[in-house]
Amino acid sequence: MLRRRFVLTILGFGGLLLIAGIVALLFGSARVSLVNVFDRSRPISDNVDRQIFFVARLPRVVAAALVGSGLSAAGVVFQALLRNPLASPDTLGVSAGAAVGAMLAITLRADFTVLGVSAVPIASFAGSLGALAIVYGLSTARRRGMSTTVLLLAGVTLTAFFGSIVLFIQYLADFSDTFRTVRWLMGSLDIGGYAPIGAAAVPFAAAIVGYVTLPRSLDLMSLGADAAAARGVDVVKAERVALVSASLSTGAAVSLSGPIAFVGIVVPHMVRLVVGADHRLVLPASALFGAAFLITCDLVARTLLAPIELPVGVVTSLIGGPFFLWLLIKRGR
Amino acid sequence: MLRLLGGTLRAMTGRVTLDGRDVWSLSRRELARRMAVVPQETHSTFDFTVMDIVLMGRYPHLSAFELEGPADLAIARDALAATATTALEERLFATLSGGEKQRVVIAAALAQASDVLLLDEPTASLDMGRRLEIASLLIRLNHERGTTMVVSTHDLELAAQLCQALVLIRNGRVVATGPTEAVLTSSHIRALYDVDAEVAFHPRAGHLTVIPIARAN
Repeated sequence: MLRRRFVLTILGFGGLLLIAGIVALLFGSARVSLVNVFDRSRPISDNVDRQIFFVARLPRVVAAALVGSGLSAAGVVFQALLRNPLASPDTLGVSAGAAVGAMLAITLRADFTVLGVSAVPIASFAGSLGALAIVYGLSTARRRGMSTTVLLLAGVTLTAFFGSIVLFIQYLADFSDTFRTVRWLMGSLDIGGYAPIGAAAVPFAAAIVGYVTLPRSLDLMSLGADAAAARGVDVVKAERVALVSASLSTGAAVSLSGPIAFVGIVVPHMVRLVVGADHRLVLPASALFGAAFLITCDLVARTLLAPIELPVGVVTSLIGGPFFLWLLIKRGR
Repeated sequence: MLRLLGGTLRAMTGRVTLDGRDVWSLSRRELARRMAVVPQETHSTFDFTVMDIVLMGRYPHLSAFELEGPADLAIARDALAATATTALEERLFATLSGGEKQRVVIAAALAQASDVLLLDEPTASLDMGRRLEIASLLIRLNHERGTTMVVSTHDLELAAQLCQALVLIRNGRVVATGPTEAVLTSSHIRALYDVDAEVAFHPRAGHLTVIPIARAN
């Protein structure tokens, strides 16, 4: 019974992701001919279609998939961990920490690269890890195990605090740097190559290792930590794995694309409407659907007003905001 | 107290044993297969169905990536039947009344382990009717399944109705311990709560009842 539901869920949302990926690769502001794309007789330097497809479009779609699924999975885990359906990947200050890192790298004109990855994504990932360290330290300071109340309060405070630091850095920066910081804060999936994807894949992979062990513990912990412990869940360990893997996937996503609003909070709710509350279904389905959702939003962002490109965060917000309000009204009744 | 018994808190002195084995020598999962906890209240953040909630009781019986099979489903249905909640199976847990929720949580506890149930103020947030309903359910489970129950409560009325033996504790010290009829006396209640109360056997109720008179000084 459950096995059937699990297989159907994975196939359904996997199919959706496949379709979104194919459509997004085929369409864009420029038309590409698939015959030319896969024409290997000409060198790529004088095959524009092949260039557009492999240098611009494919890495962009892959990035959208990684960011969308990373943020959505993190949203599921944070909502369960904090027992709060309003929690999102931004709630615990990880995104804000990433923003501070990126702001510093931009305004200090850091231009080192490590294994082909430039300074800004590295600094923003470091910022997200710093935020995680602070939040984790605070929440475990007073007792064994984690206080989710402290976690939530520390996260909200830290987000506001980092927000002020971002403004402060922008205030001190010169005009062109400020422009770059604002563009970064809008978020973009136009990452222009495979190196950043390769780098982000490492923390994503680590997060997946954690995610795989989590779903049933999240189900039980969402009814209360004590109740879960009485059923044999190692709550201290599960909370730690949940916090670290969700923060890693958030940090990797934000360092790849900048912050993209609403994906991590809305996708889990959309998925729950279809599959119910069981995290063994919700977590993998959200990872798949989050990827499909962001690929589609990015397709809209780059084609709606082509050749002008909208920030993808505007599209996710325009869909996510009204959906969330609708959900609120529907649940209120 | 229940955390000590349930093995989530370690006693500074003395030890807790289950069939002669120290609860700390058992793994959390082993312990959870024998002993289940019913909390005072359960809130569900997400839209779990009643069946979802009861199946969660099977957690300690399944390996890490095992999904519940037909056998677990049968056990869950049996637990729903035992708590008279079969009709609620497909309802969303969050939409149930307090008494219904408590019955479903007891069903989940039965699906987990029917040897020992630890109940923490199981009726504290319920009205009088629901309270009686839960009490008679617990008595029936004890008779039919031989389930051992440890109840922590401030409600002497519930204790008188439900329990065969009582341990009266005030500020962490045992005031009295023994069979209910021997322990539940006016003088013990005075020592426990500083309350002047009368205790009498009520023939229609079939158990002792406590009538509080006034605060004793």
